[in-house]
Amino acid sequence: MTKPPVLVLGARSDIGRATAHAFAALGHSIQLAARNAKTLDADRSDIALRHGVDVSLHEFDALEPASHVTFVDRLPELPDIAVCAVGLMEDQSHSERDPETALRVMRSNYEGPASILAVLANRFEERGHGTLVGISSVAGERGRATNYVYGSAKAGYTAFLSGLRNRLAKKGVHVVTVLPGFVATQMTEGMDLPKKLTAQPDEVASAITRAHLGRTDIIYVHRKWRLIMLLIRMMPERIFKKTAL
Amino acid sequence: MMLSGWGRYPVLNTSLHAPRSLSALQDAVRSERSLIARGNGRAYGDSAINPAATLETRHLNRMLAFDPANGQLIAEAGVLLGDVIAAFLRRGWFPLVTPGTKFVTLGGAVAADVHGKNHHKDGSFRSCVDWIDVMDATGDVTRCSRAEQPALFEHTLGGMGLTGVITQAAIRLQRVESAWIRQTTHPAANLKTAMDVFEANHQATYSVAWIDCLAGGADLGRSLVMLGEHARLEDLPHDRRRMPFDMPGKTKRTVPFDFPGFALNALAVRAFNALYYRMGSRRTGQRLVDIDTYFYPLDAILEWNRIYGRKGFAQFQCVLPLDASEAGLSALLEAISEEGAGSFLAVLKRFGAQDSAFSFPMEGYTLALDFPINTRTLRLLAELDRITLDHGGRFYLAKDSHMSAKTFSASDTRITAFRAQRQDSGWQDTFASAQSRRLSL
Repeated sequence: MTKPPVLVLGARSDIGRATAHAFAALGHSIQLAARNAKTLDADRSDIALRHGVDVSLHEFDALEPASHVTFVDRLPELPDIAVCAVGLMEDQSHSERDPETALRVMRSNYEGPASILAVLANRFEERGHGTLVGISSVAGERGRATNYVYGSAKAGYTAFLSGLRNRLAKKGVHVVTVLPGFVATQMTEGMDLPKKLTAQPDEVASAITRAHLGRTDIIYVHRKWRLIMLLIRMMPERIFKKTAL
Repeated sequence: MMLSGWGRYPVLNTSLHAPRSLSALQDAVRSERSLIARGNGRAYGDSAINPAATLETRHLNRMLAFDPANGQLIAEAGVLLGDVIAAFLRRGWFPLVTPGTKFVTLGGAVAADVHGKNHHKDGSFRSCVDWIDVMDATGDVTRCSRAEQPALFEHTLGGMGLTGVITQAAIRLQRVESAWIRQTTHPAANLKTAMDVFEANHQATYSVAWIDCLAGGADLGRSLVMLGEHARLEDLPHDRRRMPFDMPGKTKRTVPFDFPGFALNALAVRAFNALYYRMGSRRTGQRLVDIDTYFYPLDAILEWNRIYGRKGFAQFQCVLPLDASEAGLSALLEAISEEGAGSFLAVLKRFGAQDSAFSFPMEGYTLALDFPINTRTLRLLAELDRITLDHGGRFYLAKDSHMSAKTFSASDTRITAFRAQRQDSGWQDTFASAQSRRLSL
């Protein structure tokens, strides 16, 4: 029997794709949403073939907030679970020189994801159940010289998710904040990441399905990140400002 | 970045591309002057590394269509055989041909034209391939099959990625009734007996021998020959018949660190081999084993390649023509036994007849061994190469990391034609690996 649909926003990303597979493996039908959705046809057949569930494609642009209400209206069925894997990382120095780039990073990591989840949150609240999953970042826990434009947007997003969770906690709607640390994705390709702190997209995906089932609020995927981020948050600013993290 | 094959030797610096879409793959192919495609990195040596550019296809791993009428699966090249099994075994389908690991991509299986324990009966991977899509240096994709563009098809199978980038393939799966194999073990006291068991069991679907390559003298070639058949529903105990595709859950183990070089010394390997033979001899006769245990015993230990330590290991696999097999295998085993160089895993297998442009298998016996990398090993490998050549044998490129161009040229008369085809088709200008350079392909 097919379980209720899961909507994956930003379905082309490695984490989005892995999450779609993880929920399909549990028997959920899948709605894949991204720009140029028809180019996801191979993913549609892939998920359907591997897991024997229905998969549909939906045109979605996170950077067009005005279209978000219509987008949700047009879904064939309101999903039970929505995962937003939209995000964009650009070279920090590029963002420093070019305000357009900085703005795009901010909008892609905060404005867009928050806008679509806000629309879905209202529908879920009205219905009285559902799970919203936002993929934020440990980079949002404290601004660092090497990545603060991205980090600041993620900080806003983390705060947004936290507030949403607080608002919906008594309404039957669960909100999951994912702070995955390093993940081996297209976004981080070519970076020299420490293997033991780096998660694979399918580890993030299965952590998300577990957080949904276990109604966990905040997940770090690799546990070490919880400790690392605790230490980073606790460091006094006059010391932190001189570090090169 | 630094990259190696599964044997962790050699380690080479390369610029790695990991495209997520066909258009990204095209961009990468067009932007590089010299490159090789790489699947899941299970070739042991330097087959899938080009120091200029290496193109990883493992993200292009979507299954596109399946026809339950004839078992044809169309999929992108980066799909793993393990993915195929995960998706289709429970529906009663299994790959027609599978190598000893399921962590290979379809593209890699085509490029190396891999073989399995049923080669004597069903042939190499080629047998299950309906067509292949190959991208050329300009980014254009050509579909080839036995009927359409046959030259490209024949040279791509076993062509080690040297004909272009394999992007998709259509393969046939076989019907099975369960996830179990009826295994029969025959202990063989020496090489001659082992070969007799193979020759007497041509009708067996699967056959392979684990061979104790440290046993010498009268015990030379002491083996356990394992035959297998897909278990039918009525072969299963009653309680399993309702769920014939359920396998016992297994915990995956990972080798947690690189073993120090001395860990696998000859003494330990000798003890292991003797014990394995004794245990195996006691468990003769028929029993049911699940598909993972039967086909992929080493896959249960993730990163098992680390037991040979940081320096890595070398594989050796040759095939000898039927009439020279007994003499050749004896000479190979004597050389190994004398050297006392314990191969942890030595496998002997009877191949059936095969006639193909550049694939490894031919009718005869194939022997596969692995050794830790050290100067003694390199000397021994050179000796094994020489014995193979003397007996008219040839070598498996997916395993090779050390052979010289001279040895390789002397081993196979098809090389000249393959090289000429590469020149004529323009493949040589773009598609090359560290191995193809070493072997002057």
